[in-house]
Amino acid sequence: MRTFELTRPTAIGDALEHHGARDAFIGGGTNLIDLVKLGVMRPEQVVDINGLGLDDIETLDDGRVSIGARVSNADLARDDRIMRDYPVLSQALLSGASTSLRNMATTAGNVMQRTRCPYFRDTAMPCNKRSPGSGCSALTGINRNHAVLGGSEACIAVHPSDMCVAMAAIGGTVVLEGRKGQREVPFADFHLLPERHPEKEHDLHDDEMITHVILDAPQAGAASNYLKLRDRASYEFALASCAAILTLDGDTVSSVRLALGGVATKPWRALDAEAALVGMEATTDSFEHAAVLAFQGAVPQSGNAFKVTLGQQAIVRSLRDAARALKAQGDRS
Amino acid sequence: MSDQTLGAGPKRIDGRLKVTGQATYTADHQLDNKAHAYGVFSTISRGRITGLALEVARNMPGVIEIFHHGNFPALHHTPSSMAGGNKVEETRLPFEDERIYYDGQFVALVVAERFDQARAAAQAVTVRYEEETPRANLEQGLTAHGTREGKGNHSRGNAKQAFESGTHRMEATYTTPVETHNPMEMHATLAHWPNGRLQVFESSQGVVQQKGAMAKIFNLAPHKVEVISTFIGSGFGSKLWMWPHAVAAAAASREIGRPVELVVPRSQMFTTTGHRPETKQTLKLATDEQGRLVALSHHSISNTSCTDQYVETCGSVTKSLYSCDNVSVDHRTTQVNRGTPTSMRAPGAAPGLFALESAVDEMALAAGIDPLTFRLDQFADRDESQDLPFSSNHIRETAERAAERFGWHQRNPKIKSMREGREIIGYGMAACNWEALKRPCDAHVALRADGTVYASCATQDIGTGTYTIVAQTLVELTGVPFERIEVELGDTSYPKGPISGGSWTTATTLPAIAEATRHAIMELKTRAVRSGGPFDGVDVASLNFENGVLSHNGKQMSFAEVLSSMKLANAEGDAHTEGADTSKYSYRSFGTHFVEVRWDPLLANLRVARVVSAIDVGRVMNEKTARNQVEGAIVMGLGMAMFEHTEYDPRTARVVNNNYAEYLVPVHADQPEIDVILLDYPDTAFNEFGARGIGEIGITGLAAAVANAVYHATGIRVRDLPITKERLMAGA
Repeated sequence: MRTFELTRPTAIGDALEHHGARDAFIGGGTNLIDLVKLGVMRPEQVVDINGLGLDDIETLDDGRVSIGARVSNADLARDDRIMRDYPVLSQALLSGASTSLRNMATTAGNVMQRTRCPYFRDTAMPCNKRSPGSGCSALTGINRNHAVLGGSEACIAVHPSDMCVAMAAIGGTVVLEGRKGQREVPFADFHLLPERHPEKEHDLHDDEMITHVILDAPQAGAASNYLKLRDRASYEFALASCAAILTLDGDTVSSVRLALGGVATKPWRALDAEAALVGMEATTDSFEHAAVLAFQGAVPQSGNAFKVTLGQQAIVRSLRDAARALKAQGDRS
Repeated sequence: MSDQTLGAGPKRIDGRLKVTGQATYTADHQLDNKAHAYGVFSTISRGRITGLALEVARNMPGVIEIFHHGNFPALHHTPSSMAGGNKVEETRLPFEDERIYYDGQFVALVVAERFDQARAAAQAVTVRYEEETPRANLEQGLTAHGTREGKGNHSRGNAKQAFESGTHRMEATYTTPVETHNPMEMHATLAHWPNGRLQVFESSQGVVQQKGAMAKIFNLAPHKVEVISTFIGSGFGSKLWMWPHAVAAAAASREIGRPVELVVPRSQMFTTTGHRPETKQTLKLATDEQGRLVALSHHSISNTSCTDQYVETCGSVTKSLYSCDNVSVDHRTTQVNRGTPTSMRAPGAAPGLFALESAVDEMALAAGIDPLTFRLDQFADRDESQDLPFSSNHIRETAERAAERFGWHQRNPKIKSMREGREIIGYGMAACNWEALKRPCDAHVALRADGTVYASCATQDIGTGTYTIVAQTLVELTGVPFERIEVELGDTSYPKGPISGGSWTTATTLPAIAEATRHAIMELKTRAVRSGGPFDGVDVASLNFENGVLSHNGKQMSFAEVLSSMKLANAEGDAHTEGADTSKYSYRSFGTHFVEVRWDPLLANLRVARVVSAIDVGRVMNEKTARNQVEGAIVMGLGMAMFEHTEYDPRTARVVNNNYAEYLVPVHADQPEIDVILLDYPDTAFNEFGARGIGEIGITGLAAAVANAVYHATGIRVRDLPITKERLMAGA
């Protein structure tokens, strides 16, 4: 392996002290080590955060839930509070990767997960994200797995996370600790659109690290659903996925959160679709209308036009299942 | 019958070694002073190397030497003859010149003290190229090069004329993509030169062929080369013939005077160790008014490389499966900038039967006949391509029994007519077929004074259970149980055995083992009746051997006692058995698949829910490992039908999905309910045990059965594999 310096701080301050622009934090390493071996990431120093604690899931006084950076995907998915109050997050986590990967992968690592774009992973090919200014190979290449939403002339790489899609739907903040202090960034703003600088993926400074993700307080009376569509039944990144959180007032949509995965350059909140649904009757027609709105700005590429339909189908089915669950609850009570 | 004899289903004798990690695969072998090699692989697909910058790499920690076309030793080409025992698929040697023919071609080899050092240094080598426009796929190959003659063509009657005068006709073109074998264990070579001899540990399906090729390439007397492959993490055909990495490792070892280990990285298993080529197949079928096939033509083109000719014989089964007077089968190739293709599980038949059995389904529907009835009415009763009877053929029974078990008769033939909840159910079927082959083979067996029985043969167990069925053969003939049997395979110092391919290992190896066992027993008897022996003076013919015991007129002695009494270590037998006599019979295996798919149109989600397959492979030697082969082949067929597709960038001919995350094979969650019926009719015209081989047949026809079921569920005829969501969405 290419050599790098490994530091193992036991305090956050030390971790930040050590960390610079050419460095990387390591939690579970499931993504970083893979990319280091491919020569895609070449950190000079790797700062191990495993001595820093940050492994608690806590309910805050205001009802929000704080998740430490090091909480593993497996522990988060199986946490009683998460399964009870944020089932969409648990489902999303369990739909991703494999048991062994989920045991290693961390919450902050998943937030920071890099794209699976094959051209990003192939150092012999141009890629603006890996090598700014070199060009985008996917735009005129094999782009079946690429984004139809949020892309740019510079990059159409998909954000691969399932967890982040659920978090985008739930809403929350990413807590950052830096040498100049702490700040909280809304989850929806933490991941950046590629625009002209796909190499800049996060609202995160070189001297900062993620310490927690805080989820908004759970919505009372909501039903939620994470639906992931892919070629095979398991162990594959999404072609399209949808996290839906729905509340009804009778048959009317009183609130809805929709986020999409597999189709966009970042965990994608479908705000127009949500706005159109509120106050509407919870019918397939309404859901289909919302699904169309969610993809109104879609820019399909040569190999992925089907993702528009697939993403719409994911939205409709997610919402129908959530509505059905709510109605079943209503019938029982 | 003991639970260890032939036909029973004993567990693998090497199972415990494998699940406890004690089985030594190639890269597990430890040799003193072992160095590690890692390749620098071409990032272009056509052109030439104009410069190599090695200085940085050369000065990195642990680096011993860097080989490339400028300093690689001059070696020789192998004639690449299977009969001569020296076949390879890619005849060009690594680092032979500066030319680049495909993405992933070796352009340099870094040898270092440790694996990580070799890899880091390899990544630090920079190569300058003069790049030419590559031919990235079959269509580009056809445009640039046209086609060339293949092999295995066949013609009888006049298919063209008969097609034109047929009542019902169908004509369609089917395509299958490149598939990559992707065995779990990566290709690996560990080579060293003790005392001027070359010893190679290799993950190989054919140690004898590799030995011969190495001897030719390094200009060595054959006895100076030994190739060892004790355990193989499967191969699916990619390990039949030696690839350039093995030559590179052996040469590097000779040059630096140390053992060298080279493991091919997963990404390069997509480039430099073979693939199933892309195919384009045109089928033209016609029937008369009653729906009888009057014309059948199957013309295919597959890709080969720019260095060698490999032909995917897609029409190999088309010649003989159905009764038809007018048949035309033709294979052609075109050159593309890819590594050389090679056999992948059921070469020819796997893509060929996707096309043929899809076309037969289309033909049956066009003629208004149930696809099962259509086939039952027209399966050939003799091999019309060779004008020979089949040695044993129960294909109709496979179709009828599987149809019964599956519930085919409950099928409503109307498209999209069967539903359950959100899903539409589709039923489809297809025939499967594979040739039965038996090759020459040598074997050695010894009855030993410690009461054990030993057998050796230079064939391999590639995970199919060869160790176990050889042991079963010994149990059958000596009565000695597994605990006292030792089987050694996969080493060229043993008697010459066959490649583990073509589904012929069982039919080839067991008769030789049996013959050697009989010779060993005869040797035991002959010794025992000699002067001073325990059965002194007894007529050999009246001496009985049963359950490891010699007896005559009430006197009994175990073979161990007999040998010990004479201070003999063992009684040995060697044997040579010939290949099958193909002048009187056509030997083939038969079967039928029935598949149920479930299609959720509102999620574009397709899954295979159920597979029922009945297989006629002659006698089943081990019920457990035989079933395992068919079930595994069905799963692999599912992958072929729905997922597998090696993607090449059309601009660069570079593989895009060269890993297990994006090259999709079925995972556990994709497994359907699988029900395999093994007919178990011994084919004694073929060999004494009546076994024909079972490794490949299960994958043939499966993709067509899926496609036919998909048509029933959706009304969409998918003629291009794999059957992806977008193909179904576009057709909807």
